[in-house]
Amino acid sequence: MNKLLQLLSTNSTFSTAELSAMLGEPEDYIKAQIKEYEMQGVIKGYQAVVDWEDIDDSYVEAMIELKVSPKRETGFDDMAQMCMAFDEVESVYLMAGVYDFLLIVKGESMQDIAMFVAKKLSTIDGVISTGTHFILRRYKDRGMNLFDPDKQADERSLIL
Amino acid sequence: MDYSNYLNKSIQSVSPSGIRKFFDIANEMDDVISLSIGEPDFQTPWHIRDEGIHSLIKGKTWYSPNRGFSDLLKEVTRYYERRFNLTYSPSEQTLVTVGGSEAIDLALRVLVQPGDEVIIPQPSFVCYEPLAVMAGGVPVIINTKNEDNFRLKADDLRAAITPKTKLLVLPFPNNPTGAIMERHDLEEIAKVVKEHDLLVLSDEIYSELTYGGRNHVSIASVDGMYERTVVINGFSKSYAMTGWRLGYALGPAPIIGQMTKLHQYGIMSAPTTAQYAAIEALKHGDRDVKRMRDEYDMRRRLVVDGFNDMGLSCFEPLGAFYVFPCIKSTGLGSEEFCTRLIMEKHVAVVPGTAFGECGDGFVRVSYSYSLKHLKIALERIREFVKELKDENNG
Repeated sequence: MNKLLQLLSTNSTFSTAELSAMLGEPEDYIKAQIKEYEMQGVIKGYQAVVDWEDIDDSYVEAMIELKVSPKRETGFDDMAQMCMAFDEVESVYLMAGVYDFLLIVKGESMQDIAMFVAKKLSTIDGVISTGTHFILRRYKDRGMNLFDPDKQADERSLIL
Repeated sequence: MDYSNYLNKSIQSVSPSGIRKFFDIANEMDDVISLSIGEPDFQTPWHIRDEGIHSLIKGKTWYSPNRGFSDLLKEVTRYYERRFNLTYSPSEQTLVTVGGSEAIDLALRVLVQPGDEVIIPQPSFVCYEPLAVMAGGVPVIINTKNEDNFRLKADDLRAAITPKTKLLVLPFPNNPTGAIMERHDLEEIAKVVKEHDLLVLSDEIYSELTYGGRNHVSIASVDGMYERTVVINGFSKSYAMTGWRLGYALGPAPIIGQMTKLHQYGIMSAPTTAQYAAIEALKHGDRDVKRMRDEYDMRRRLVVDGFNDMGLSCFEPLGAFYVFPCIKSTGLGSEEFCTRLIMEKHVAVVPGTAFGECGDGFVRVSYSYSLKHLKIALERIREFVKELKDENNG
């Protein structure tokens, strides 16, 4: 795997000087590479991984399964775009398996999300059925352990 | 009661490890950021732990054979063949021990006769000198030098040899310097060893942690050295398995045979659960080794670059997970540097003197820590060095 991208994907706050040291490449080269990845859209952005549950009680996320009937000309793309247009929808994935789309939807309460699904999603032309799964707790997210931050503590003993 | 009259005199004369002192200070303080620990920060890869757990579920809770399980002995010899091109008999030339440390102790005890001289290059791990003394030997220290990248030089070896010399301890890749020995270095050493009919104890515990495209070379693979070398290795550093306490020795059958006898009486056998886990490590752990090595390598570059940048010159270490920057430019000795660093900036590193007197002017910095941790520590050391500079100029 590309080491520069790997490093940035685990921590995008490394300076180019640090990246240059770690990868053994000149800093200018690192800068140019990052710029190129940004231009090509390989790097889409830099976001903090936030544990919202810690600071915001009124925040709920759900995974919504959608079964749809694909359109003759555009396949699934039209349906995907319809879903993407809602601010409530964080992610849209086309899936292999028993349903077609998986959506990640954010809301202030379970009720809020349930209403959104009932009123907005299930009424889209072509949606056959929906299934809603609320996320109750995040144990691990994007490779990060949100469960026991104590794991961060160094348990190594002082031996020789 | 005066116990000193009862206690063994030679054990009482052995001084405690100099690394400990700073650990103790660090333990007393909050907010200490440590770069002093000499073991992997990684947990043992899951599939390896799982095999250990599985063996317990199946009720495999008995002693293993004294030498170790035959499957493990076979995997160890396969591994040495595949990685270092050395062939050993699993049943006669291999012994599984409680960590590499036990194997070092056993080898010294079976090889050293009272009065034999044991050559130990320093800076090096703290155990060789006391264990050589306990075996009845006389340690003869060779100081490796910064300008040689802390490699052992044949001329220095030759100069240390007397008619009483029996054994050379070869601790590479080296803790604390991070130095390695390449084939051409070893060939020079081998010439001297053969010329003077010596044996070698090659501690290769860091053999999987070499960088810059240099694979570890065992001196046993140098022409004429196979029959003169006891190789020590283990699972602690390569597979992040320190707590499992598992190592091994490979060497000529008569030497391993005597070591096995001693092991049998003193230890019986190495931990059973650990052995099951280790079989899995050797069979399916190559990818983990590479992943951890790559991660160490990035940290290594970051730390070396950081020290050089703050004006503490640091030769490029090509092995283990330590850097050994020179702190002479600060005007402080190793001990004082470390004491003030921990008091003023709450960063713990180990004085080079803990690894031999010639380590004065250097400190051992472990990069077996997350990149985030390393960045914070480097920043604090940078501040400290700058303040020292201002102090010296003011």
